[in-house]
Amino acid sequence: MKILVCMKQVPQKDAPLKLNESGTWIREDVSYEVNEPDAFALEEALRQKEKHSGEVVVITAGPARAQQVLREALAKGADRAIHLEDNAFVSLDASNTARAFAAAIKDEKFDLIFTGLQSDDYGYAQTGVVLAELLGWPHATIIMQIEKTDGGIRVKRELEAGYFQFVDMPLPALLTIQSGINKLRYATLIGIKQAKNKPMRKVMLAEVQSAIGANMQKIERLYVPQKTKNTEFLEGPPAEVAKKLVEKLRNEVRVL
Amino acid sequence: MADSILVIVEQREGKLNRVSWETLTAGQALAAETGWTLEAAVAGSGVTNLANEIAGKKVAKVYALESPKLEPYTPDAFAAGLKQFIASKQPRLVLMPHTYQVRDFVPKLTTAMERTAISDCIGYKKDGARLLFTRQMFQGKLAADVSFTCDAPWFVTFQNGAFRADKVEAGSAAAPVETVNVEIADGIIRNKPQEVFKEAKQAVDLTQAEIIVSVGRGIKEQKNIELAKQLAEALGGELAASRPICDSGWLPMDRQIGSSGQTVAPKLYLALGISGAIQHIVGMKGARTIIAINKDSEAPIFEIADYAVVGNLFDIVPPLIEEVKKAKAGA
Repeated sequence: MKILVCMKQVPQKDAPLKLNESGTWIREDVSYEVNEPDAFALEEALRQKEKHSGEVVVITAGPARAQQVLREALAKGADRAIHLEDNAFVSLDASNTARAFAAAIKDEKFDLIFTGLQSDDYGYAQTGVVLAELLGWPHATIIMQIEKTDGGIRVKRELEAGYFQFVDMPLPALLTIQSGINKLRYATLIGIKQAKNKPMRKVMLAEVQSAIGANMQKIERLYVPQKTKNTEFLEGPPAEVAKKLVEKLRNEVRVL
Repeated sequence: MADSILVIVEQREGKLNRVSWETLTAGQALAAETGWTLEAAVAGSGVTNLANEIAGKKVAKVYALESPKLEPYTPDAFAAGLKQFIASKQPRLVLMPHTYQVRDFVPKLTTAMERTAISDCIGYKKDGARLLFTRQMFQGKLAADVSFTCDAPWFVTFQNGAFRADKVEAGSAAAPVETVNVEIADGIIRNKPQEVFKEAKQAVDLTQAEIIVSVGRGIKEQKNIELAKQLAEALGGELAASRPICDSGWLPMDRQIGSSGQTVAPKLYLALGISGAIQHIVGMKGARTIIAINKDSEAPIFEIADYAVVGNLFDIVPPLIEEVKKAKAGA
């Protein structure tokens, strides 16, 4: 099976975010990491390859810093990488990101494409499904299990409130992967060494420009959300905070 | 282009999903704001009863979109059926709840119509003549006001809990219901869905718990779960967790709170080392009192907390357990 994994670099979970001067995006001087669901998507692709052989290719769009995500994926066992390298990719909407990916892989023949179910920055939860539609492929979202069958694959979709559903589908297909589908592996020292010699194809903005249109939605303003609740911050040394909490539990919350 | 708003409600196995009413409330508010006509649609096979149920609310018209191919749900059939209907009606706004099902077909539908969806919104604003939709970004740390820069129809999905289901206005008389038989060509449905099932009988029903102590990533290691357990026991409450903890197998899945787990509304929700990702918050924001302990002062959980402690949970929880025990013994 030849599998493409779409990955994204996002600000680290605990990174303090600062707004840029125009208040339309964050200042880029933060630490980044791989979007968590994408890490599970990669792991699943590597496991499928180990079972059925084939190739795992990773793709990302973003400035030079985003290459780190691909390097880590190669170190974990991906075979090669595609980097759509330009700052401009950061501000594309989900639709255009999918169009850029579709253009970059037009000469490839994949059996499966995996993406994380959503990104930790924008959180659109759209790019994967849009890509499937552009390619004319069937898709399934929020996947917790994948098995190869005679005619294609059987996947386990997570529904809300603890419900699940198996879906049979033909190949090629696109799946968006849920966090927790598997246990992530670490890169080995040998893997990290080997990654240096694995192919990394760079795709410049100009090569995919004709496939991209104007964004159909625009962030007018980004801001720190207004509090809807009057939060009372309890301060002091731990022993004192514990006393204050118990006082609240007794007199305000009335559970003691 | 019609000056109308179309709310597409969600049904499963002949029952309306509760969030459908929330989206209808949003539709009514937007209709009042814009002066546009509000219509609703429900898609499936044999959905006239559901359409009648919606027709009791303040809407101009309800459409029952019927095809045997819409049951069971598949993204192929839903995208094809809705595309056909929306293209013929040309509403300005199409509103839907941001459910797992909507997430599954909407990007396909909008792409097929060369449009876009502003997804997972928590509200809207009127900015002169145009509408802005507010959505959370960076896991709730920031919010964004987003505009459409393309032609209508504009698709918007609203987050679970963004509007109040009990605020939906009843109509003065039942709205007309029209059945529309959508044509879904043979062979376009590629996925074969099997029966929906529940993994295992839920051993713990957290929805009945009055006190919940919940742990997140901040607990760091599996062995530290014991600390949270001791606090839960001291308080006489149940232990729960955010998704990553259950993913790691540190607590069973039936103790997970959030969109993929249980939705709870206890008297007290004590969040230990939970940052408060949207997916978690939708499962617990109905709690009467929320206490959050987290070392990151910017954690979104503090946005909804009644009492907040910025600090290391490993410093605060041990004396808290002692104080709770003392208080209980003294009472």
